[in-house]
Amino acid sequence: MITLTHYLVVSAILFTLGVLGIFMNRKNLIVILMAIELILLSVNLNLVAFSNALHDLVGQVFAMFVLTVAAGEAAIGLAILVIYFRGRGTISVEDVNRMKG
Amino acid sequence: MNYSLQLMMALPELVLAVGAILLMLVAAWGGAQSTRLVSWTAIAVLIGAGISLAGPASAGGEAFGGLYRPDMFAAFAKALIFLAAGVSILIAPRFFAETSGDDLRPEYPVLILLSAAGMGMMVSAGDLMSLYVGLELQSLSAYILASFMRRDTRSAEAGLKYFVLGALASGILLYGISLVYGFSGTTLFSGIADAYASGEQKTGLLFGLVFVFSGLAFKMSAVPFHMWTPDVYEGAPTPVTAFFASAPKVAAIALATRVAIDAMGPAIADWRQIVIFASLASIIFGSVAAIRQDNIKRLLAYSSIANVGFALVGLAAGGEAGVSSVLYYVAIYVVMTLGSFLVVLQMRDAEGRPVETIASLAGMSRTRPGLAVAMAIFMFSLAGIPPLLGFFSKLQVFLAAVHAGLFVFAAVAAAASTIGAYYYLKIVKVMYFDEPAPAFGGRTDPVEGLLLVISAVVISPLGWPLLGFLEVWTGAAAKALF
Repeated sequence: MITLTHYLVVSAILFTLGVLGIFMNRKNLIVILMAIELILLSVNLNLVAFSNALHDLVGQVFAMFVLTVAAGEAAIGLAILVIYFRGRGTISVEDVNRMKG
Repeated sequence: MNYSLQLMMALPELVLAVGAILLMLVAAWGGAQSTRLVSWTAIAVLIGAGISLAGPASAGGEAFGGLYRPDMFAAFAKALIFLAAGVSILIAPRFFAETSGDDLRPEYPVLILLSAAGMGMMVSAGDLMSLYVGLELQSLSAYILASFMRRDTRSAEAGLKYFVLGALASGILLYGISLVYGFSGTTLFSGIADAYASGEQKTGLLFGLVFVFSGLAFKMSAVPFHMWTPDVYEGAPTPVTAFFASAPKVAAIALATRVAIDAMGPAIADWRQIVIFASLASIIFGSVAAIRQDNIKRLLAYSSIANVGFALVGLAAGGEAGVSSVLYYVAIYVVMTLGSFLVVLQMRDAEGRPVETIASLAGMSRTRPGLAVAMAIFMFSLAGIPPLLGFFSKLQVFLAAVHAGLFVFAAVAAAASTIGAYYYLKIVKVMYFDEPAPAFGGRTDPVEGLLLVISAVVISPLGWPLLGFLEVWTGAAAKALF
């Protein structure tokens, strides 16, 4: 039997992988976009699992909003990546250092 | 409740959203020639949205099943946000025209309008769902604004950093929201407050609270989630930086206040620790890290981090007095910071290109005495030196903390504010006592000059009569939350 706890554990693992993907990735920026998607999907899993467990539709509606916003976010992220690549000719994480910090 | 009244309550956001969509069409057909028209229409739309705040939009109550709260608290924050957004549109055209490469495109005012609509939604949120949608509308517009000078690699890098860290912050906030929803069973702030008060599912709700506050700290750029701020502020075009330092800060602080009081009020003992830590860390780190900066925009970024810390002193105090002191603080902070960035906009070399080093301010008291006086007023005020208004705003938050019994916290924060005084006074010293650097070139735009004079006068002792009004308004706004 798969219970709410199982879903929450999977979602927590996905969330952790996403956060680690942003901070430990030293290669390229596309991977960071994928890690962001992973975080949002873990949230969706949480919302839908809670929605089912609580017999409450709000969580599923919320998941729809998150999906929509995630699509917009990915579009804007890729657009910024394109203008960045045009200017610098690279999308390596280590090269994002024109300003210190 | 009838539907048209609910629409009237949300009128400011409706005006902004419809205005932004129509202006986007004008921009798409008109191209770069329509920038002037779109900019001035956008100002008119902001003024219209501001006027509509006087109607049902500030009357209290709730709309759309509790998703939207049109109360005085929201109206006060929105008035500040619209003001800052309007100023950011007014100061943009000259900067982009004189910075080589890119002319101002008409999408700039449209994005500011969309961002303002999102911020209005944020401060009026009565539900985690409207909170999230408003926050994302604001953030997505802001990512584009940060990278608006497409051919400038620093601007593109600023946009990229802002996007990655902002998206991470949204993810953390959302994860917290999903936990709060799961363990309280609702996304309405009133229902969440009941769940916190009942004391059931304590661990799950506490985890949700920590994640939500981490995400919000990111958006306000409070330590330890501040690392994007200096880079984004340095890389973004200066009018956009002025916008980032004012309007989204107000919105994020107001949103955090509403979430803390409205949704998580019964858990004050839990979030107070987080807020006190973030506040002290922001004040101390923001002040210490600013000392070794030589770029004025980076310095103002660290100054904004420290200022968020002071606003959080009021939030940590909690209660009606605490909330009104937060609003009091951010209102004066917005005027000071917009004024400082107006001075930064005047810093240009002989060919009219912007310069950003603090060294180029040297001897400005002799080359541009009026500008030096204005900058000195803003710096003294940010340092919290009486009789300027920055002193009274700091006094308010510290008084609120003392009345809430947080004596040690208030004393440490007040002591740490003297570190900040060092680098503000250093700028005054550079302007008044160093050998003059080459004078700034370029003409002073009459609109910018006027805004600069107004903000300097408001901050100076001549602005004292306004303090009485401000106290009444922030008091009424704080009452709406209790």
